[in-house]
Amino acid sequence: MSNRSWKEFSKGFIVENPTFVQALGMCPTLATTTSAKNGFGMGLAATAVLVMSNIVISLLRKTVPEKIRIPIFITIIASFVTIVDLLMHAYVYDLWKTLGLFIPLIVVNCIIMGRAEAFASKNNVWYSFLDGLGMGLGFTASLTLLGAVRELLGSGTLFDITIWGKAFNVFIMILPPGAYLTLGLLAAFFAFIGMKRKERGNNK
Amino acid sequence: MKIFLILLSAMLANNYVFNRFLGICPFLGVSKKTDTAVGMGFAVTFVLVMSSMISWLIDQLLVSMGLEFLRTIAFILVIASFVQFVELFLKKNNPNLYESLGIFLPLITTNCIILGVAIINSMSNYNLLEAIFNALGAGLGFLLALIIFSAIREKLELYELPKPFEGLPIALIIASLLSLAFMGFQGMIKL
Repeated sequence: MSNRSWKEFSKGFIVENPTFVQALGMCPTLATTTSAKNGFGMGLAATAVLVMSNIVISLLRKTVPEKIRIPIFITIIASFVTIVDLLMHAYVYDLWKTLGLFIPLIVVNCIIMGRAEAFASKNNVWYSFLDGLGMGLGFTASLTLLGAVRELLGSGTLFDITIWGKAFNVFIMILPPGAYLTLGLLAAFFAFIGMKRKERGNNK
Repeated sequence: MKIFLILLSAMLANNYVFNRFLGICPFLGVSKKTDTAVGMGFAVTFVLVMSSMISWLIDQLLVSMGLEFLRTIAFILVIASFVQFVELFLKKNNPNLYESLGIFLPLITTNCIILGVAIINSMSNYNLLEAIFNALGAGLGFLLALIIFSAIREKLELYELPKPFEGLPIALIIASLLSLAFMGFQGMIKL
């Protein structure tokens, strides 16, 4: 892998992390992270759509007229969302049922539209593929982290494996207020790390 | 009576922002000033009611043709073109209103509350009147959440916060407390 390829792939994890740095796609982030498994599943579904839509949009970038690009992008994204929705219904029914409304809502997830507009419509297929994969996996990682924290505190399990079980449960963590609270604290933590890194950079 | 319950449930007990996590992006994005928050809230309410009416009709059409799997694509296209239409109409006929709402309109297309309510209406098999009231409740609930939230954030500008909490993190923590408060409405309404 060349230097540029690695850069396009890895930026989604920390430097331009969609959740903690760019604050994009907040609705599924908050709604589906009641457990690590749900967050992971939601992240992968979004990643699949993101990778495929990035590839197709990048292939079409020279043929799509500038003025009607947004409706065309939306149609492409919506088609892939429908495919993922039907596939999940067929093969992972339980997950499909828990995620429910938020699978069709991948269409309006700003990460996907954002990458299409900011990256895939300007770069070639290979880089767009890597960008989509990196951003998608970065999104998946943040969702899994958020889900893991909430599941651990809220039900005492991690990926359905009992850690301390019912011995210590903060039930509110699985409810809506817990979602906002966990994300807020994690975002503050990431901001703190970012500041420390900058300080160290300045001292050098 | 059921219509009234649907309205209250969408507005308070199952507030779309605090309980169902729909429309978070504009909720966090345009809530720094109360004026813009009110503008956004009304724009969203208007588009919500109109678009859920149209998408209800489209849904009937799709069901009668056995094309339910096209729901997502059809709804998002209808919403996008409706928003575009409203924008053009306002620009031509009511420039004043366009000035105040115009900047929010393009943002509304990608606001998941619009598509979310359309899909919820179709999932819960609401009739046209119920769908309209659900959309109205969702819009008013969004407006209410936005006003409370932006008023708190305006006050917050005056205080000194620990550096890492500035901006998004503190906003999320406030949202958490408000969401806790809104949980008090739960159990008030059973649908």
